[in-house]
Amino acid sequence: MTQPQMESIADKTGAEPIIVAKNVEKWYDNNFHVLKGVSLTVNKGEVVVVMGPSGSGKSTFIRTFNALEPYQKGSIEIDGIQLTHDLKNIDAIRREVGMVFQQFNLFPHLTVLQNVTLAPIWVRRWSKAKAEEIAMQLLERVGILNQASKFPGQLSGGQQQRVAIARALAMQPKIMLFDEPTSALDPEMVREVLDVMRTLANSGITMVCVTHEVGFAREVADRVVLMADGMLVEEATPAEFFNNPKEERSKKFLSQILH
Amino acid sequence: MTTDTPVFVGPPTRQISPWAWAHKNLFSNWLNTLLTIVSVLILGWVVIGLSTWIFSQAQWAVIRDNFRLFLVGRYPVQALWRVWASLGLIVAMGGISWGILARNIRLLDRRGLLLLGILAATVVIVLALLTDPRSIALSLGMLVLLVVLAFVGQRLGQAYPPLGTWLPLGWLVGFLIAYALVRGLIGGGQPVKLDDLSGLLLTLLTAIVSIVVSFPFGVLLALGRRSELPVVRWLSIAYIELVRGLPLVTILFAAQLLVPLVLPTGIRPERVMRAIVGLTLFSAAYLAENVRGGLQSVPRGQVEAAKALGLNPVLNTSLIVLPQALKAVIPTIVGQFISLFKDTSLLAIVGLTELLGMGQSILANPQYIGKNAEVYAFIGLIYWICCYAMSIASQRLEKQLGVTHR
Ligand SMILES: Nc1ncnc2c1ncn2[C@@H]1O[C@H](COP(=O)(O)OP(=O)(O)OP(=O)(O)O)[C@@H](O)[C@H]1O
Ligand SMILES: [Mg+2]
Repeated sequence: MTQPQMESIADKTGAEPIIVAKNVEKWYDNNFHVLKGVSLTVNKGEVVVVMGPSGSGKSTFIRTFNALEPYQKGSIEIDGIQLTHDLKNIDAIRREVGMVFQQFNLFPHLTVLQNVTLAPIWVRRWSKAKAEEIAMQLLERVGILNQASKFPGQLSGGQQQRVAIARALAMQPKIMLFDEPTSALDPEMVREVLDVMRTLANSGITMVCVTHEVGFAREVADRVVLMADGMLVEEATPAEFFNNPKEERSKKFLSQILH
Repeated sequence: MTTDTPVFVGPPTRQISPWAWAHKNLFSNWLNTLLTIVSVLILGWVVIGLSTWIFSQAQWAVIRDNFRLFLVGRYPVQALWRVWASLGLIVAMGGISWGILARNIRLLDRRGLLLLGILAATVVIVLALLTDPRSIALSLGMLVLLVVLAFVGQRLGQAYPPLGTWLPLGWLVGFLIAYALVRGLIGGGQPVKLDDLSGLLLTLLTAIVSIVVSFPFGVLLALGRRSELPVVRWLSIAYIELVRGLPLVTILFAAQLLVPLVLPTGIRPERVMRAIVGLTLFSAAYLAENVRGGLQSVPRGQVEAAKALGLNPVLNTSLIVLPQALKAVIPTIVGQFISLFKDTSLLAIVGLTELLGMGQSILANPQYIGKNAEVYAFIGLIYWICCYAMSIASQRLEKQLGVTHR
């Protein structure tokens, strides 16, 4: 795909880029072309919402940012570190990038507190006391301080996802990736998770969220991007994207998700 | 008791009278009634036959005369205190572990009582066969020690819950001390050669050593089989499939005959050591397959979450994947250890006088010719007590882990 590169809105503001992905291409099993030259620049403190139909490659794309998925062509730079096969760089990038998954992926054999302190203790090499102190602050921030000694299996879905957010934040990342964090939740629990994400966005951290929560995107996102068939189709402010989409593909997608 | 300790309350049970129960379950229709009567007749016939044999026909003198031989074989009599000391150590560890594991539940639940009952019955049998008052006192003392330490352990566990994670290490150290004691390596006096051990003592020693050594070996093989390095993977697969394709007796003979050939001349490991090598090699291959099943049951998302947090592959495997995998396969692993314990009886075929071999050598004594039924029944009973105790202990362990992990 050799389209002229889409001019990013972000480039004009002169802000400092923290994620720079250029023409990223990826094949699954050497034959399925899942990312067909995707470019995206995200600036420090920006909140970008990624939308798009199922199977369009949204998860695959954001998972390349912390090397959970390797890619074959193009380049990705996170906070000035080139993402290559170099394991040192991968380790450095994973310290900067936190991730929240659709299925929570909490460690079931550890308590809530142990889930949150595990990486700070073993990767950042903090003392247990320091890690626990910070973990308790984070658990308070996401509103589950009183469940710290429980096991994940004893919590509701919404509570588990909030623990997962606290666990990612405990590594003090500069960037947070969210892959459909509310899709596996019962409707009444979606709000408590979105509330936490909203406060987080206001705190100034850089966020890339794959989500279909239109209300959240309208209110919190600085930019919305639409992916379809492994390509970025449109990139706009939420107001423009939802009220006045330019591309046919975006109109079709919006007509499907808005009622 | 901390406030967030889950309290388990069973579902309400409905009381039914025994008559109503019997009517409902045993005599609901004529076929059922017929089956009940036939079963009771068969059962009664077997029970009467067996008890007549046990109490009036069997001549248990062969067991009483050779009781010490069965249990500790030809262990030097003046050094028997070492065996008692090791037994005391193991019993103490067992009691404390029982208490710590049951820190949040009732100590004497159904399984606890069952285990205690079996141990008490064992002591009674021992008392019936022993005449020496010191041994009687010591046997009773062990039982008391177990119960007292179980209560102490429960208190300790409640006061310091992290103690539970130290139990495996504690057991390892306990076994090493017990082994050194039995071998006479500590505590002064003449060391006892491995090949001079026999009877139940040898059975327990070979089983425990093989189990403990084959565990890390099996886990490494299972990890090797999933390794991304082709050479490691192929070697693991080759080893596992080779060993699983051979009968244990073949491996035991091979270990007796081949181990001295592979080693440089001058090093001739004792026969018991060769047997342990054979059992370990065999057990590790099966363990590897069981652990692999557990590894496969850990969802991919767990590994991804750990990677995303920056955990390197070693931390990922040891902190996230293995603990979950091993918990998932505890019942299978315990089952495998129970069969390894029984498999040690094959050592009699390669000429070691472990429990079964001891029985055979006693039967070869002209004085006891024809006492096969008594000897084999007694040996069977010992195996059954050991295996059933292990089985209950493992159910106990599963229940406790299940409480905290769900
Ligand atoms: N491990 C894999 N091997 C092969 N194909 C895969 C793999 N993972 C995903 N795919 C395929 O790649 C395409 C993109 O998947 P991806 O999960 O990135 O989509 P998505 O946009 O996140 O969709 P959804 O909204 O359903 O999560 C899909 O067609 C999917 O079937
Ligand atoms: Mg997805």
